[in-house]
Amino acid sequence: MSTVPADLKYTSSHEWLRTLPDGTVEVGITDHAQDALGDLVFVEVPEAGRAVKVGEPCAVVESVKAASDVYAPLAGEVIAGNPKLKDEPETINTDPYGEGWLMRLRPAPGALTGAAFMSAADYRKLLEAEGG
Amino acid sequence: MGRQTPLFKLHQELGARIVDFGGWDMPVQYGSQIGEHHAVRRAAGVFDVSHMCVVDLRGARVRALLQRLLANDVAKLKTPGKALYSCMLNERGGVIDDTIVYYLSDSWFRAVVNAGTRDKDLAWIRRHAPASGVEATERTDLAMLAIQGPEGRAKAAQLLSAADAGAALALPTFVGREIGGWFVARTGYTGEDGFEIMMPAADAVPAWRRLNSFGVASCGLGARDTLRLEAGMNLYGNDMDESTQPFESGLGWTVAMEPRERAFIGREALEPIVRGGSPRQLVGLLLTDRGVLRSHQRVLIPGGGEGEITSGTFSPTLERSIAFARIPAGAGAAVQVDVRGKLLNARVVKLPFVRFGQSLIGSSKGPS
Repeated sequence: MSTVPADLKYTSSHEWLRTLPDGTVEVGITDHAQDALGDLVFVEVPEAGRAVKVGEPCAVVESVKAASDVYAPLAGEVIAGNPKLKDEPETINTDPYGEGWLMRLRPAPGALTGAAFMSAADYRKLLEAEGG
Repeated sequence: MGRQTPLFKLHQELGARIVDFGGWDMPVQYGSQIGEHHAVRRAAGVFDVSHMCVVDLRGARVRALLQRLLANDVAKLKTPGKALYSCMLNERGGVIDDTIVYYLSDSWFRAVVNAGTRDKDLAWIRRHAPASGVEATERTDLAMLAIQGPEGRAKAAQLLSAADAGAALALPTFVGREIGGWFVARTGYTGEDGFEIMMPAADAVPAWRRLNSFGVASCGLGARDTLRLEAGMNLYGNDMDESTQPFESGLGWTVAMEPRERAFIGREALEPIVRGGSPRQLVGLLLTDRGVLRSHQRVLIPGGGEGEITSGTFSPTLERSIAFARIPAGAGAAVQVDVRGKLLNARVVKLPFVRFGQSLIGSSKGPS
């Protein structure tokens, strides 16, 4: 069973969200997602300043096996893409919830209110339902 | 649920991720796919290839049958045990399957065909076999392990008695023999030295466990695919199929057009191609930009024309993306590939990419 930290929010497409003290939101892919993808060999993160809509593909993670889009979990502006992933994509495999973060977003006004993210408990249930 | 090999439960026990491959439940990886790849390039790894179909062909006229069924010529096989790689073609010159055939005696050849094409291959062989009185028997009683890598043969020999180990280690490249109740062949699909061993199904699990105890890494189909791509070896269904002929699939070297009187199936369709040249060719691509090449991506030739990637991946040895692509003949070395809507630069290179652990890219002494 993969790790699901209790202090994060989750999406059904296997992204996690962490609200930082300054109100920006860090986004990555879950331990389950990195495990399903296998060894990551190429990651493309969005440029700072890019405006993204909810559900818009904004990053690409590629393993030896397959390419997978990462979707913006909320509308906002990209503050940073993780620069470390260009040369060390495998960081997502080794530390998906820490050094392997993908991007930081400044939520658009109201983007966080009413957004239906999953709690760790709900995400765990989703994984169980998916057999993972 | 698909078909399972005699090693299926062991794969599960070893924590393998299981995927469907040609109707079989097969291990794609046990841990890190890249780790398994490097184990084979640097030391030794073992693969379960029991899903492949072993067919024994017996009869006094078996050689004549294979001279009709195969595009390569089994007349080249003069010493018992010697193997030959060949395509089996339809009348249009399209590839029904690729196979390795072993010459065991004048009335017994053994063919190994792909798992996903087993039924149509057997049907095709059996359709042509009766005229020559040859009987085709599927050897479902056998399991097959591939032990590959620079240390592969030495490790595998430890499974055998001292006398048998000596016999196995003395096998020349591309030769197989019955040794100690197993059929041991110095063949493989990784670009490394190694053995493929056919053994009674009941022997497979203990053999695998002993290999692990000798330090041989369990390797899945994921590593098998990146290894064969680096080694410049085709995968049936990706790089060739019934709609493509050998000369546009990098397999012209396996077609024996001489002697001219040998009437193999597909020959008539290939003759104009041999005379006029194939309009398309299968080439190696090295991605010079960042990204990963994948099958079915579009290849754009400067000045016009386009082709398609047939197999693509990230090469763990080169730490770059590599691919095979079918492109118009005569295209230059610089091409572009449409990778998820972006045009990335790639270079046409000579195959293979890697052989015996060494990168052959950028070397002035390319492979022949």
